[in-house]
Amino acid sequence: MDLYAENILEHSKNPRNAGDLTDSTVSHDEENIACGDKIHLEIKTDDGVISKVGWSGTGCAISQASMSILSEELIGKSEDEVLAMKKEDVYEMLGVPIGPRRFKCALMSLHCAKNALRKAKGLEKQSWLETVSLSE
Amino acid sequence: MPQISDEIRPQFPILSQNIGENPLIYLDNAATAQKPKCVIDAISEFYEKDNANAHRGMHPLAERATKVYEAARDSVQGFINAHSRREIVFTRNTTESINLVARTWGEENLKKGDTVLLSLLEHHSDIVPWLQLKERKGANVRWAGVKKDGSLDMDEAEKIIREESVKLMCITCVSNVLGTRTDFESLTKLVHEHGGIALLDAAQLAPHSQIDVQKIGCDFLAFSAHKIYGPLGIGVLYGKEELLKNMPPYLGGGMMIEEVSEDCFTATDPPEKFEAGTQPIAEARGLHATIDFIEEIGWERIQRHESELMDYALRKLSELKFVKILGPNENRLGCIALVTEPVHPHDLTEYCGRKGVCMRAGLHCAQPLHKALGFNASTRMSFGIYNTKEDIDRACNVIKEAYKFFTD
Repeated sequence: MDLYAENILEHSKNPRNAGDLTDSTVSHDEENIACGDKIHLEIKTDDGVISKVGWSGTGCAISQASMSILSEELIGKSEDEVLAMKKEDVYEMLGVPIGPRRFKCALMSLHCAKNALRKAKGLEKQSWLETVSLSE
Repeated sequence: MPQISDEIRPQFPILSQNIGENPLIYLDNAATAQKPKCVIDAISEFYEKDNANAHRGMHPLAERATKVYEAARDSVQGFINAHSRREIVFTRNTTESINLVARTWGEENLKKGDTVLLSLLEHHSDIVPWLQLKERKGANVRWAGVKKDGSLDMDEAEKIIREESVKLMCITCVSNVLGTRTDFESLTKLVHEHGGIALLDAAQLAPHSQIDVQKIGCDFLAFSAHKIYGPLGIGVLYGKEELLKNMPPYLGGGMMIEEVSEDCFTATDPPEKFEAGTQPIAEARGLHATIDFIEEIGWERIQRHESELMDYALRKLSELKFVKILGPNENRLGCIALVTEPVHPHDLTEYCGRKGVCMRAGLHCAQPLHKALGFNASTRMSFGIYNTKEDIDRACNVIKEAYKFFTD
């Protein structure tokens, strides 16, 4: 089944970087009220570069796998690199076709990461529209 | 004995298709039902032969369109046994019917501190218009809760009616999530005894049960054509004539007026008072055809078939140990909500859909109810007259397959 490719299922069953950090720089929560998906994300940065990520969440396989896959990608990236990431970057990481009914599941991870980093920089939270409209 | 669905199913062209390699099993009827050929044909025929604007134009087509539109009103009057055809207002759907009452009767009659009683089984369309009135007018919105099993807490509802002088009670006849039928008849009587009026959301009752508004005694009742095998885009608001007469108009425009001058207007009588602008005449024709279709089959046969299907589905689903059925098993009409933890309803339902079994997942526009039941979302299987026991078997097999896929 194309949407639930092996990597998606595998990440949703064995999420990477799961759990809280003891030394996080910033933490942030996002929730998709329409379907109940939740993500709690903690990030540690050193000189503007992400060194550790920890997270927990509940929700569909797509939302959880997306956070797991993104958590691996975040480590080693600078805050500005993450803030400049586009939805296509996430789609590419996931490697499965994301249709109009599931894009929120797929992009909540990026939305949560961006808002966490914005919080760390003292910037205002950005809206869903801003996360999903930034594209190539 | 052949099932009623053997004879009915072939009349629905959409149902004969495959989704990929699998047959389409449509179990999302509570969202919208499919349409029989006779309804589709009636709409096409109107556009091919009679299309014109009703109540406007001095030519034969306008005459026919007017007759078609008003005949549909007569047909709805008979369908719900309204006392008068003037009590039938056409709207876009149930949501608009409820909003119409909120924006007209509610604006005129609800004052700061007046109580509106809702139940936790309500669909958002019977919640938000009243919360808007709460914001605008300071109305007091009170909630009758649900018991642990998800059924309406009648004691709480009765207590609020007895003790808090409820001016308007808005409750659903059937939960769009659990399929639970409420005792809307006795609540309507009780609210009348205490000087209030009752609006019933019949969106999920109308597809499964005969409605007699005079017998129920409700003051307003709303339903949509598209859930009873009719077209999208037309709904009905029933209102007692005296109430409709005294309500201010809703939208302003053509046909809802008696007289217009440069600085004022007088509104005409109901139902036209609430039907500004060109109306969905073809859809009214389709609604008329769908009522004929239902009445030709007969409620007794429909209900016998659907109650057999419901019993069968509840039995088959309860054989699946990982399935938790939400809501009480008694008094269920049309739908079953279920969860299959730890598999998220979106994943389960998406998988089933890809195998041809169409259901709905999410909160089904009933966030307060899901919160009360303690679930973030559910999968909903909902039936129509064309569904068969084989559909249920297939759905259960695919649900089992999906669960295995996500948990193995």
